[in-house]
Amino acid sequence: MIMQTTMFALLPGIFATAYFFGWGIFSNMTICIFTAVVVEAIMLKMRAKDLISLKDGSAVLTALLLGVALPPYLPTEMLIIGTASAIIFGKHLYGGLGHNPFNPAMVGYAILIVSFPLAMSTWPLAQNDIFGSTKYEPTAAETIINEPSFDGIPFDGIAFDGKTAATPLDTLKFRGAKTIQEAWTAENGFSILAGTGWQSINIAFMLGGLVLIYFRIAHWQACFTMLLSLSLLAAIFYDGGGSASLGSPAFHLFSGGTMLVAFFMVTDPVTAPEGNTGLFIYGAGIGVITFIIRSLGGYPDGMAFAILLMNAMTPLIDQFSVDHR
Amino acid sequence: MPDALLILLSTIFVNNFVMAQFLGLCPFMGATQKFDAAIGMAAATTFVLTLASGASFLIEQYILVPFDLEYLRIIAFIVVIAGLVQFSDIIIRATQPLLHQVLGIFIPLITTNCAVLGVALLNVKQSHTFVESILFGLGGAIGFSLLLIIFASIRERLTHADIPLPFRGAAINMITAGILSLAFMGFTGMN
Repeated sequence: MIMQTTMFALLPGIFATAYFFGWGIFSNMTICIFTAVVVEAIMLKMRAKDLISLKDGSAVLTALLLGVALPPYLPTEMLIIGTASAIIFGKHLYGGLGHNPFNPAMVGYAILIVSFPLAMSTWPLAQNDIFGSTKYEPTAAETIINEPSFDGIPFDGIAFDGKTAATPLDTLKFRGAKTIQEAWTAENGFSILAGTGWQSINIAFMLGGLVLIYFRIAHWQACFTMLLSLSLLAAIFYDGGGSASLGSPAFHLFSGGTMLVAFFMVTDPVTAPEGNTGLFIYGAGIGVITFIIRSLGGYPDGMAFAILLMNAMTPLIDQFSVDHR
Repeated sequence: MPDALLILLSTIFVNNFVMAQFLGLCPFMGATQKFDAAIGMAAATTFVLTLASGASFLIEQYILVPFDLEYLRIIAFIVVIAGLVQFSDIIIRATQPLLHQVLGIFIPLITTNCAVLGVALLNVKQSHTFVESILFGLGGAIGFSLLLIIFASIRERLTHADIPLPFRGAAINMITAGILSLAFMGFTGMN
């Protein structure tokens, strides 16, 4: 029941992603779920377990979370590799649901981003959202001179399959000496909080996640401290939005996969510590590592690595925070 | 001061001895069966690694280089490390019997830890100063200890897991180490 409710809570975010980035997310989800069910069935068969545990929905949820987190229109073979490694290495080799020390979806994601960094950071161009974009809109005459055909109008008789763009996190990181204000007005894809489209998707995932927390299906502690530590660090290093700034707290909260990870991955009960103290430490650690990788690391969004690192710390945290008597 | 902090942090996380440089894998796999044993090994290695780092720098700088004996570097370092380990064994036994009881069997084992020779050679290769060498050794040792303790705690938890029979023991440890290494790849590209 918990698995099914969690899937329903993902719906607002899924529809928001589909609205801004097109139908790719649905093909992602379909291929991931299909692979997950097939691989899960094969693994259960090989481990001589009853196929009835397919019905617990955990494999489908893992696939769904992975499919939603991956860039839409990712090539099919990558989707299959990611999902299969999530189910095999992340879950079944450790003895299946409840025994896995690492979040399976994040294992799949990390394997994909290390193996296919280019494909994994190629996102479609976002549609304008309800908040509008802060980019300076050229007049019709300027458009013709500077950007001959970037409105999807066939240029020299060649039609576009689609348009891609750097994610706001990348744009901000590689903006050179520009201040935050300059980057937001000069570059494509920024809106009032964060990236165009991205902010609405994050808000949608947050709404779904808040429902889970309201009905006590997900614990709030780790999720809260993760968002808190991420925004605190962003506030400390905001530096008045100058050229050395690492982005505002709002930007970090509503960029990339922040809300999806905070409400749907961090709250995974199997891979998180027990007890309040443990959960607070766990969440705060994820927030800190995410911020460090986002601002200093080579990968665009460090959330999968942050989760895996804190998953690895979980037994250690339990050792010190849980009273073993 | 910021430089010192940078060397420490980069050797602990970015260039972690175990996860990024693949040094000291034998104790990483061999001495992490029990959590308490891992802590003992980590403490003893930290002590020796930091000392060896400084001592090998002095040997290199004041004996090997002035007398043009660089070709003897590996032998000289191994002798120094072995002597240092024996020396610390005697000192600890004489002054801190309790600590010696805890670390006891681990101290001779450290001589064969490739991270200790590795840190001495890396110091020469990256032409560190004396203070940098010691910080490099200390950072490497802390990173090594961190990994040892994390890995031991995961392994203790896995003893209760329903792992498929062919994957029990070394196989699942390799897979866990692989996923850990994957997680540490998140730090690549920092400097």
